[in-house]
Amino acid sequence: METSGNILFSGVGGQGILLASEITVYALLECGYDAKKSEVHGMAQRGGSVVAHLRFGKKVYSPLIDPGQADITIAFEMMEAVRYLPFYKKDCKVIVNTHHIDPPMVATGKIPYPSGLLEELEKRNIATFPMDGFAIAKSVGEIRSANLALVGALSSFLPVEEKVFLDVIKKRVPRKLDENIQAFLAGRKITSKES
Amino acid sequence: MTQSNSKTTLWLSGNEAIARGAWQAGVTVASGYPGTPSTEILENLVTYNDVYCEWAPNEKVGLETALGASFAGARVLATMKHVGLNVAADPLFTASYTGVRGGLVIINADDPEMHSSQNEQDNRNYAFAAKLPMMEPSDPAEAIDMLKDAFELSEKYDTPVLFRTTTRIAHVKGIVPVGDRQIGPVKVGIEKMPAKFVMLPANARARRLEIAKRQENLKDFVETYSGNRIEWGDKKRGFITGGISYLYTKEAFPEASVLKLGMAYPLPEKMIAEFVREVDEVIIIEELDPFLEIHIKAMGIPCIGKEKIPAIGELNSFILKKSLGVATGDVFPPAEVPPRPPNMCPGCPHRGIFYNLGKMDVFVSGDIGCYTLGYLPPLSAMDSCVCMGASIGVAHGMDKALGKEGEGKTVAVIGDSTFMHSGITGLINMAYNKSASTVIILDNRITAMTGHQPNPASGNTLSGDPAFAIDIEALCRTIGVKHVTVVNPHDIPACKKILKEEIARPETSVVIAKAPCVLIPEERKRVKKPLSSLIDKCTGCRACVNLGCPAISWTSLTPAEAKKLGKKEKQKGYARITEDMCNGCGQCLSVCKFEAIAVAEEK
Repeated sequence: METSGNILFSGVGGQGILLASEITVYALLECGYDAKKSEVHGMAQRGGSVVAHLRFGKKVYSPLIDPGQADITIAFEMMEAVRYLPFYKKDCKVIVNTHHIDPPMVATGKIPYPSGLLEELEKRNIATFPMDGFAIAKSVGEIRSANLALVGALSSFLPVEEKVFLDVIKKRVPRKLDENIQAFLAGRKITSKES
Repeated sequence: MTQSNSKTTLWLSGNEAIARGAWQAGVTVASGYPGTPSTEILENLVTYNDVYCEWAPNEKVGLETALGASFAGARVLATMKHVGLNVAADPLFTASYTGVRGGLVIINADDPEMHSSQNEQDNRNYAFAAKLPMMEPSDPAEAIDMLKDAFELSEKYDTPVLFRTTTRIAHVKGIVPVGDRQIGPVKVGIEKMPAKFVMLPANARARRLEIAKRQENLKDFVETYSGNRIEWGDKKRGFITGGISYLYTKEAFPEASVLKLGMAYPLPEKMIAEFVREVDEVIIIEELDPFLEIHIKAMGIPCIGKEKIPAIGELNSFILKKSLGVATGDVFPPAEVPPRPPNMCPGCPHRGIFYNLGKMDVFVSGDIGCYTLGYLPPLSAMDSCVCMGASIGVAHGMDKALGKEGEGKTVAVIGDSTFMHSGITGLINMAYNKSASTVIILDNRITAMTGHQPNPASGNTLSGDPAFAIDIEALCRTIGVKHVTVVNPHDIPACKKILKEEIARPETSVVIAKAPCVLIPEERKRVKKPLSSLIDKCTGCRACVNLGCPAISWTSLTPAEAKKLGKKEKQKGYARITEDMCNGCGQCLSVCKFEAIAVAEEK
């Protein structure tokens, strides 16, 4: 992960994945890396499962992470942490927001929300970092800052200094800056010992 | 658009880069119709100075507008998704004959894998069929340079130029070096050139010969064009590729020799022959059709292509390695997780209409837009969806085939933007040829699925200026539809009554379901009154749950739990509204027979 890496962002349309991935990219660009990011717009965004691929390194060709090649995943929703399992490297680090968003079949009572999702990852020996992004967001006083808390958790694993991230956040986060920085730092603290 | 760490590079998506590239190339006019993955080009280009940008009602009108601007000498951009080029194919094929004055570049965005499309046609075939050069960038940085080349090519060779992207170029972001704006070399003004612009047979026959000359000249051009290049490496395997497939090839086989084709058509046959001579084995890497393969095989060159490389869906470097028998390492097999398909938003007006249609014994021909999601459970109320505007023709055709038996059985559902795009002519046909079908126009005032672009019924333009908003009701009457009713789709019982009457009517009828999309700015600003469910009154009848609203969820109860809540033991559960998701549209309130839903603050 020193000089190149593949970061997968997964979640549900509308969770702030775009801003989170953009902040991560700008921090990497500040450090002189090449990067490519792939998103899907249109039909996929109406509350469906969404994924963004971010690749960085000295020179990046393909904008897509191959199956089995994601170094880090940040999953904005529990179920979405498991959906993209085939993309994970055997030693992938998976940051999971433990928040639940019910898909239609669950919301309409056809099936229950699946249990044991974190265990699905752990039993494959995947390093899993569960966190309650929503709780962090509430504690800093801005309910829409959960995505920054997740970026904070991700930041510990990237070859980018904290100050660079903070500068990017100052430039890129349009409102409630102090709260978003606090959310970022709280998320970073969760993973800082592990990196 | 955003500034990157250096002053001369920006972090841009392919679409943002194309907008920037068009501005740099001196484009002064641009027209198109929204369609994933092409939409953001014009949305970005309109933010630059000195470029007139518009949304046309459809791609054919957009391309004709672009052609006119080119005849006047302007550098001009037309943008559309792959299926949009089908709509614009009529002007396209003859624009090849007229040629241009100012440079004309047509951005065509293909969608392999059908992320947001009804098919994955490979539009490189249009280049061959219309005898037009086609350029294909591999990433945002290349798009900006290549677009400059495209305009020069267009003017030098008197031809429209097709510029093909795919989803993984349009919606991929990368570092892009940028430059300043140039001015096109052609003087803008009226210059009459009837022998070139009036395509009656005598002139067209002469122009056909010009096309043949142009194709010969282009054959020379492509041999020296810098977008076509050989990257020598290990000569055991030589890959011929272009567009996004080039990047997958470099990723999978960094050591191999690669012939990178920046132009999909025409092909540099000498360069290909030179490349092939030097390598042991030739492999063609391309997404979708064997377009390069067929042309290269026709040159008499043996090569590996679609017998190994999939012709369906997107490629990536993993698929390439696997297809060519290279080790890829172990991959976790997928774990079972419930699907999470897209859904209409909470408060979406379309939901009310499909809720009603799902309970009627009718064939619903649908159309392209957010409302295509009416197909999905629990609404499950769409029986066909083909292309923009097809809902109306399909309903009419069914009506004519079924005759008397079909009366009261066929309904078309179409959005306002799709109706403007290509629904109006279908409705003229219905009225003219006396259809007994009913057309429901879902008028939410916007082109919603592609990200809220205005259309001729919206009341404003791409640049934000106020515009006349077409009165859809008056338009339908003018066409000759006698029975036009406007309904509020959020009032489900009232809608049901009107829909039943109009569908039963043995004459053409139109029902306009009028309510704005909840995501348009005015609606977002409106103070909402979220609803709340009263659990003590809920009988678990599921009427509201069956709307499939993301704000409504079902909580299951065991007999013991039901009893504890003071309910009948056989009640299986109750409905719950997530207040901070609720937009207060009132559809659930209108279907609840037990007064178990109320405005949250009045509860």
